This record gives sequence, C-alpha cells and structure tokens, in this order.
Amino acid sequence: MAAIASTPRMRCLYIFNRDGVCLHYHVWLRPLTTLSPHQDQKLMFGLLFSLKSFTAKMDPVGGNKGNLGAPNLPGQGCSFHSFRTNTYKLSFMESPSGIKLILITDPRMGDLRDALKYIYSNIYVEYVVKNPLYTPGQPFKCELFNATLDQYVKTLQ
Amino acid sequence: MAATVYNLFVINKSGGLIFYKDYGTHGRLDTNDSLRLASLWHSMHAISSQLSPVGGCTGIELLEADTFDLHCFQSLTGTKIFVTTESGTPGMENMLRLIYELYTDYVLKNPFYEVEMPIRCELWDLNLAQLVRKDGKAGLTGR
Repeated sequence: MAAIASTPRMRCLYIFNRDGVCLHYHVWLRPLTTLSPHQDQKLMFGLLFSLKSFTAKMDPVGGNKGNLGAPNLPGQGCSFHSFRTNTYKLSFMESPSGIKLILITDPRMGDLRDALKYIYSNIYVEYVVKNPLYTPGQPFKCELFNATLDQYVKTLQ
Repeated sequence: MAATVYNLFVINKSGGLIFYKDYGTHGRLDTNDSLRLASLWHSMHAISSQLSPVGGCTGIELLEADTFDLHCFQSLTGTKIFVTTESGTPGMENMLRLIYELYTDYVLKNPFYEVEMPIRCELWDLNLAQLVRKDGKAGLTGR
C-alpha cells in the first residue's frame, strides 16, 4: 500500500509560447513514448489549439462566436482548463501573453488550476523571465527553475 | 441545482455525425457547425490517446471548459456519444451509459436502421427525450 501511495502522480510538463515553440519539456514519469519529443510537442500544441477553437464554438453562453476556427486572442472566447482520459489528466493554463502551461498527471488528481497559476507566477516568471541571460521566445534550461519546480510538485502529491 | 444538458451528439466510428439534438435555447448550433464539431471531436479524441504517457488510453472522457463540461462515452465498436452540460454536473457517466442502452435497444435493434447512417427512429427520440427530461429534473443523481 505504501508503495502505491508514494508513486509519483506527475507525468510531464510542457511550456509553449504563443507561436507554438516548446520552451520547456519536463518529464517525471513517462513509461510510454511513441513519438520523438519534437513530434510529441507539435502534436500537443496542435491538440490544444484545436480544442480551444472547439470549446470557443461550442460555448453555450457567449453570444456571437464567429466561425469555427476563427482566431481568438489569449483570454478571448471560451477556453478550457482540463480534460481527463482513463490514463491521464491534462491541466491547461494560458497567460495573457499567450504562454501555455500544460501539466500531465495521474487521472485521479484534483483541480490543478491554482497549482498552474503558482508554477507560472512564482516559478516561471521568477526564475526564467527575470533571468537576465534568458532570451524571450527561446527554449530554456534553467537549473534553479527545475529544482524549484521539482520541490513544488512534490507538495502536490 | 438545476442540471442542464445543452447538446447531445452521436458520432459513428469514422467521425460522421449520425445524431444531434440541442436542449433548451442555450448552445444552439446550425447543421454545418454541428457536423464540423463532431468530426473535430473525433480527431481530437484520437490524438488525445496518442499523447498518453501510459499505455492503454481510450481517449477523452471529460473535458472541463470555462462555461460547460463535455462528457464522452465510447462504445467498444467506436461509436461515440457525447453531451455538453452545465459545469460540474454529476452522474453523467451513468446517464451516458443509459443513453447507450437506449441506442442499442431502439436504434441498433431497429430492422430498418442502417448501421453508421443518420438515426431517424421515433422510439429513440421519444425515450431519449424522456430520459434527458427526467434526469434533468432529478438533478441527474440517484440513478
């Protein structure tokens, strides 16, 4: 029982910028990899893009929604915050500047909206954006970011 | 809490829309949009299972959007039934199973129904309307 309770529930984290460049890809536990990381990231961004235009069109509340696939700025139109399959749960957050954070976890994880907000504002902004050596829009490798992220994610188990 | 079902879609194994119904005035879609959304959902469902970090993934079961929830049920033969509801509606998995039961009883067992073709069966319409209305009133729980 103890072994089951301590199995990590995090699978991986993706960070994309508004152009679809994968700034960061972090893996904690991924037993199955069918695609190369690059292919996988492209497919993930494509899925999020289409899901967003899907939810924007499906939105039962908003009035004028335009055509399916009409471009929406970050924050415009009805977006989504998570989906769940039988093997994983994907939580999604988009910042006003179009930075997308995607956290893949075990399907039994609860609501991770606050966790994503925390990762964005207290880890990504603090350790990556405020790093003077970081060029915006470029993939990053930042030790302090990884260490803090690992530490924070452990509290989410 | 008054639970509301906004739309119901049934898509065949190749992604074609074979049944669409909207309930109430919210989220009404025109025919072309419902067809497009159905086939878009079919492909995203397939992609989501390709991206799984663990083997044996069968695709999205629940999508939580800002203003609605989408619950999807996939049968073993690849037919998908999905409904959009108000956010946080409980007991939809059960209801989707009941809808699938109605589909097998009143659509698949209908001798005049051609498999994978649009559904036009009076009894299915009738029973489905009853189920959705009843569950909507009962708050979709306790079944």
